[in-house]
Amino acid sequence: MAELAIIFVSALLISNFTLAMFLGLCPFLGVSKQIPTALRMGAADIFVLTLTSVCAWALNTYVLPHAPYLRLITFIIVIASLVQIVEMVIKKLSPTLFRELGIYLPLITTNCAVLGLAMFQTNRGYGLIEGLVFAVGAGLGLTLALVMMASLRETLDLADVPKVAQGTALVFLVAGCLSLAFMGFAGLLSAG
Amino acid sequence: MSKTTAREDLVRGVWRENPVLVQMLGLCPALAVTNTVENSLVMAAATTFVLLCSSLLVSLVRRIVPGQVRITTYILIIATFVTVADIGLEALLPDVHKALGAFVALIVVNCIILGRQEAFASRNGVWRSLLDAAGTSVGFLIAMLLMGSVREILGSGTFLGHAVFGKNFEPWVVMVLPPGGFFTIGLLLLALAWWERRKAARLAAPAAGAPASETRELVGGAR
Repeated sequence: MAELAIIFVSALLISNFTLAMFLGLCPFLGVSKQIPTALRMGAADIFVLTLTSVCAWALNTYVLPHAPYLRLITFIIVIASLVQIVEMVIKKLSPTLFRELGIYLPLITTNCAVLGLAMFQTNRGYGLIEGLVFAVGAGLGLTLALVMMASLRETLDLADVPKVAQGTALVFLVAGCLSLAFMGFAGLLSAG
Repeated sequence: MSKTTAREDLVRGVWRENPVLVQMLGLCPALAVTNTVENSLVMAAATTFVLLCSSLLVSLVRRIVPGQVRITTYILIIATFVTVADIGLEALLPDVHKALGAFVALIVVNCIILGRQEAFASRNGVWRSLLDAAGTSVGFLIAMLLMGSVREILGSGTFLGHAVFGKNFEPWVVMVLPPGGFFTIGLLLLALAWWERRKAARLAAPAAGAPASETRELVGGAR
């Protein structure tokens, strides 16, 4: 149990996917303008990450021991088809949710956080439960970073920023400060 | 099909359409593995290999691949070459491979590579596609080197492992940590934006008084 808690906290805060490992930066820059869209993107992320974790575990356990060199190719195909299937299912079951998620669902295929999750899970040898906890922690961490960034950017819109710094450069500098704050969580585990 | 010259295809990606600094693609590796110059160089080399090989293959098969499945095909081609690069790197440079970790595998989702296949290699011949891939690779290398040098020199006081400053230099440890990556790219973009604005202002200022210099600048800009 304690181990699972460590995996969760470490994925959520200490090695936050966006702020400490630079995974999923594209949505972090692209859809962090408003809090509602950031929340929706985060929800889609958590969903796909959890499914990917289960798939990656199943592949690692039943298929890939015979051909480990095919891991990358298998993972990317499975992730791409998974997102496609999820999209179709959601469209069929809940058109409202489908409209809400919009473009963000297909975009997740090219989100390096998803492939990164599968690779990290493999490299660290997580089992099914550990993988699930890791995926949920990582997804929540992504959502946390997205929402924090969105709330900062909503405020920044009202600020008087020099013209030269407007746009991506400013977002990166703000992200640096956030990342700096998250570095503080590194002491969490050794202290506890 | 393409109306550009071969030279333009090669030069375009290097600076004017630099994949990282101008197009903002491939930011994950540019931030994640640039804490030392050596890692940056190896990452750039691996990406170059994958980009050149995929561009070659994609431009070769571009007439056979049906439109509906082209993205999937490109991803598969890219994933194959990334696997080759991953296994090759593990055999040749095990230490660096360990330091780069999962990020070698993540070259698959580097948008620079898929972007070049979709935007260029799928529409142009082999030779032009290789030129385009080479130019983009050099652009990526420049960005990685810029990031890696700044972070290693300030963060550890070394360049490729050789000490740059005297003994009394206190390393800015934060630069090799994740926040340093964000700060470095933010400041680089800031410097670039400032430079572009100054150039634009200089172009606009003499336009009223001295048309001669304006035409000269325009010729330079259209190059």
